[in-house]
Amino acid sequence: MWQTIEQIFPYAIAYTIPLLIVALGALYCERSGIINIGLEGLMIIGSFAGGLTIYILQNQYGANVWTIYVGLLVAAIVGALFSLLHAFASINLHANQTISGTAINMIAAGLTVFLARNITGSGNIVLTVGLAKKNLTGLSNIPVIGPLFFRNSYATTWIVLLILIVLTFILYKTAFGLRLRACGEHPHAADAAGINVSRMRYIGVLTSGALAGLGGAIYLVTIAGEFNGSVSGIGFLALAALIFGQWKPLGILASTFFFGFATTIANVSQVIPSLTKFPPVLLKTFPYIVTLLALIIFSKSTQAPKASGEPFDHGKR
Amino acid sequence: MNRKGLISIIATLLGLIAGAILMFAAGHNAFEGFMYLIQGGTKSLERIGNTIATATPLILSGLSLVFAFRTGLFNIGTPGQMLFGGLCATIVAHTVNLPRPILLVVLIVVAFIGGSVWAAVPGLLKALFNVHEVVSCIMMNWIGYWVVYYVVRDYFPNGSKATESLPLADELTLRSSWLSNLFDGSYINLGIIVAIITVILIAFILNKTTFGYELKAVGYNKHAAAYAGISVNRSVVYSMMIAGGLAGLAGLTQYLGVATNIQIGVMPTQGFDGIAVCLLGATTPIGAFLAALFFGLLYAGRGYMSVMTEVPPEIADTIIATIIYFAATSVLVERVLDKLKSKRLGRKVTSFTDDPLIGTNVQNTDDESDSIGFMPPTNDKTKGDE
Repeated sequence: MWQTIEQIFPYAIAYTIPLLIVALGALYCERSGIINIGLEGLMIIGSFAGGLTIYILQNQYGANVWTIYVGLLVAAIVGALFSLLHAFASINLHANQTISGTAINMIAAGLTVFLARNITGSGNIVLTVGLAKKNLTGLSNIPVIGPLFFRNSYATTWIVLLILIVLTFILYKTAFGLRLRACGEHPHAADAAGINVSRMRYIGVLTSGALAGLGGAIYLVTIAGEFNGSVSGIGFLALAALIFGQWKPLGILASTFFFGFATTIANVSQVIPSLTKFPPVLLKTFPYIVTLLALIIFSKSTQAPKASGEPFDHGKR
Repeated sequence: MNRKGLISIIATLLGLIAGAILMFAAGHNAFEGFMYLIQGGTKSLERIGNTIATATPLILSGLSLVFAFRTGLFNIGTPGQMLFGGLCATIVAHTVNLPRPILLVVLIVVAFIGGSVWAAVPGLLKALFNVHEVVSCIMMNWIGYWVVYYVVRDYFPNGSKATESLPLADELTLRSSWLSNLFDGSYINLGIIVAIITVILIAFILNKTTFGYELKAVGYNKHAAAYAGISVNRSVVYSMMIAGGLAGLAGLTQYLGVATNIQIGVMPTQGFDGIAVCLLGATTPIGAFLAALFFGLLYAGRGYMSVMTEVPPEIADTIIATIIYFAATSVLVERVLDKLKSKRLGRKVTSFTDDPLIGTNVQNTDDESDSIGFMPPTNDKTKGDE
């Protein structure tokens, strides 16, 4: 059993990381007062932009590692740009954020495959080389923790964890973070205190766009290996993780790991005999079911940003 | 031409223009693209039949959204309800041996109930715990996705093809040879008749019955409705269940009509397209019917277009998605219209929307949740006070 855990742990972490980074972006977005259910679409955009960049660069310069990092960066930038659509609709036009988010998902799924077909001839972009797994020298020899966390790990894992720490610090320990949270909780009070609510919300949405784009590209270079117009629902899973994590960075870390682990067990249960006793359908639906339960349990004491999803209107009191 | 219809048409035109720009940018001839797109859906009797068949699930999923919007709910759970309703009907068709007329009735009932059950969960959660239906519907979509995935894979696999269920014989589905022959062998099926009857029925329920009036009253203002003696919680659950049932029927017409088996591992796009159908149809049953036919044309014609012009078929999906975006941002269109009007009249015309259910104002129908946030609003506090 222990050996099995050692075996699947790196996979679980690899699956957790894109979930985590996307959910963190969504956290900033919702904390600023905008709901973003377009995460899946933004991930697809990121996966496409990153995949295309890496594809072009690798054709030009060979399979160097730096091409992947350039791809990740481009994915984040394109994700942020694409999320402007959602920001403009929901902040400037007070549009229904659910409809706008759904439109983002659908535009992304159609547009990226349309472009991919024009560029590569098929709807897919296959990467010749993805990101390599590495053992961290020294750390991977620590008993128990070593094999679990430091063997077969991707560099992106550590980048994302670093981003987690930085974002948590910004959200809770800086004036900017306080203002961002104020916009999600009580935009009128924030407005009265001289904070530009629209600007803060733009920052929130763009952050989620950039991180979702990054997450999509990380999923591409670590797990998927090819762009095919879908990220298999990770965007929605991240949304569930955000709710189950009760809109808190550490809660999100725990819930994404929880969900990532369950999904990984379900994915490998066919291959590893000792795991067949877990029915995969339960493991796959488990994140959504526990999120529904969390919604029920916390329905009276929810930590959700109070003004999330509510358009900000100066004149309304 | 009333204002709602005008805005819908402008959103559509903007979507088509966006599609044209995209085709142009990718180096295709947009005019040719649209010509073949329309020809692909209308050129022959068979193609017209296919357009109608493709539109059938869209009519029903759009109707599901219309019904929910009219009663103050946002049913974004249509894909999950389609999948589960379709799964229930598929199981019955595979396992129960009945004479065809009875089987068809049973299939319709079972698909409706399947969709209702899937929608009852968000309905109950909203009624009992104030959980916003959008988030619970999204969760139910993915629960449905995986339940269908594993049930099909374990019990109705199609041999080596891991991505679909075992196909049903045509006699066990809504397909009918006389209807197909009428349209030169198209895959048009009895689903269109189901859809037409349902459109009429839903229009009747919404506009002519006390039951429909009560559901709409809850949608407009639940406090007033409660004051008038309407049970708000019961209405919410009923509305969700009917909307879910309609989506279940959409699943029936998709999986046992347009196709004869279930594709697994994909969220049915027809579910989300229902949002476009509903908005373009100005949240009326008849409007949804017409809008669905238009989208059916885009989907049915795209294959022909991509064969004739090398424009990738995904252009149709992109156009529809863009139309949804423009429908969501219809405020912009309204502002422009107002400006034009005030210029013409030489005075300022205040913006108005006669129906709070279209586009951006969908959320305002439920006074308490003018936030569509994932945060369940509490009963004893009005958001406006903040």
